[in-house]
Amino acid sequence: MTTSVQTRRTGIPAPLAGLTSGNVGAVLERGFKVIKNQNWMILVSGFFEPVFYLLAMGIGMGGLVGEVSGPGGEPITYAAYIAPALLATSAMNGAIYDSTWNVFFKLRFAKLYQAMLQTSLGPLDVALGEILMALFRGFVYALGFLGVLAVMGLVTSWWSLAMVPVAVLIAFGFAALGMGVTSFMTTFQQMDVVNFVMLPMFLFSATLYPISVYPEPIQWFVMAMPLWHGVELMRQLSGGHLTGMTLVHVLYFVGMTGLGLWLTTVRLRKLFLR
Amino acid sequence: MTGPVIRAEGLRKSYGDFAAVDGIDFEVAPGESFGLLGPNGAGKSTTMRMIGGTLDRSGGTLEVLGMDPAEHGPEVRAHLGVIPQQDNLDEELRVRDNLVMYGRYFGLPRSYLLPKAEELLAFAQLEAKATAKVGDLSGGMKRRLTIARGLVNGPRILLLDEPTTGLDPQARHVLWDRLFRLKEAGTTLVVTTHFMDEAEQLCDRLIVVDRGRIMAEGSPQQLIREHSTREVVEVRFGSDRNAQVVAQLDGVGERNEVLPDRILIYTHDGEGALEEISRRGLHPVTSLVRRSSLEDVFLRLTGRSLID
Repeated sequence: MTTSVQTRRTGIPAPLAGLTSGNVGAVLERGFKVIKNQNWMILVSGFFEPVFYLLAMGIGMGGLVGEVSGPGGEPITYAAYIAPALLATSAMNGAIYDSTWNVFFKLRFAKLYQAMLQTSLGPLDVALGEILMALFRGFVYALGFLGVLAVMGLVTSWWSLAMVPVAVLIAFGFAALGMGVTSFMTTFQQMDVVNFVMLPMFLFSATLYPISVYPEPIQWFVMAMPLWHGVELMRQLSGGHLTGMTLVHVLYFVGMTGLGLWLTTVRLRKLFLR
Repeated sequence: MTGPVIRAEGLRKSYGDFAAVDGIDFEVAPGESFGLLGPNGAGKSTTMRMIGGTLDRSGGTLEVLGMDPAEHGPEVRAHLGVIPQQDNLDEELRVRDNLVMYGRYFGLPRSYLLPKAEELLAFAQLEAKATAKVGDLSGGMKRRLTIARGLVNGPRILLLDEPTTGLDPQARHVLWDRLFRLKEAGTTLVVTTHFMDEAEQLCDRLIVVDRGRIMAEGSPQQLIREHSTREVVEVRFGSDRNAQVVAQLDGVGERNEVLPDRILIYTHDGEGALEEISRRGLHPVTSLVRRSSLEDVFLRLTGRSLID
């Protein structure tokens, strides 16, 4: 038992020494192994929420609303108007499910990260691995939802294909920031804040009606929220109507991802490697 | 490596004004079984975490396998097996997968891990539980699995934080037997414990720690020889009478210690001391002659009992 095993050697750049062993793959391997053992219902339950909204609002309410003007000003059905917004929401839901409640449980009760960080894994490996797992769920939700849209004839532009990588980007941003914020939570009561933030964000981020209904100060507030950028981005892609704002939306999520990764790594380091 | 595998000099950890570890020096030789004995809150776990590089020190130097764990955490931990005080097994994975996946965290290949997992299941006497859920294991089984998991990377040093706390006597003996085998195979063990019998069973050499400082150092026998007598007589006169009687016991042994429930008389001849007590016309409710243990050493060094 004393024979020492040569562990993987990697060229880790100096500033990251102590933060990573370059072995994110092992964290992902664990995540997929657990998904494989799990009941698939858990994976799909969150997926149906936006589907139900699409049916109830798009088809049901849409009958009353009639046609509305799309991102480029062209008339589209109400279902086609809210579909891209619900796709963004779907990506968000998947990412948030894993990166908040799942992470909270592993952090405070299962002590999973404590165990991982007593091996040669570093906090950046764990943060990135868990965020990528959350992103994967967001990706699966979004892909499934896009399939639903295609079946319902709501996919109208070739730009819609770009909605898949964009869904991944949105999921990445929410997963990274979600895990970072969750690392501060210590009780279930605090975790309720997640729900308290997520539902209004879904309802008021110009998902179901245009942002122009709000007075200007509220518009600014909504535009600061991440979901609004996701909704706008998806809506522009669905109509193939790209503007300079498209890039701003993309950059918003790139920034959000970077911030979330940094926050999560710092927090894991503080929690487990003080 | 012929030098020490762990070397600490003036090691300190403070939280604000409170010094959890207050300048301790020690070395651990390769293959040695080294113990940190002390009550809860003495700074044992804090020291262990600094060795594993999962806690930054506030001062002093620390070298593990020639590296500073604060700077080379992942490299140092690649050679360590960490057994934390509380089991942190992965409840979402089965027993065998716990071993394999933990090895994957070290970047070890499957071809190495699959046979290694079987070997470790046998070592932990868990072959029959390979595909069981972790949640269904007993406390002793979980503990053995945690130790087996800590061995998956073939560590040169095994850090055991309170390895048998919370286990029933039978499970403790099974565990001690497993740890003894590792020791025989040449693994360096670093054990924290507040059980003196555990320290006596497992440790070649130990330091007695209290309030972040080292009170004494040596082998269990050496410590008992230096800080206690060969035998101890325990007499009970009833909790209200103990304090009155103690004056009449002067000179029976080398030294008396009054505890709330009993009086300890330190002597080289226990039976002789008992005879002397009855010759003085004292009749304790119960009396017992035993050999000195590390508990007595601790009591002598700190004036306090090891388990409050």
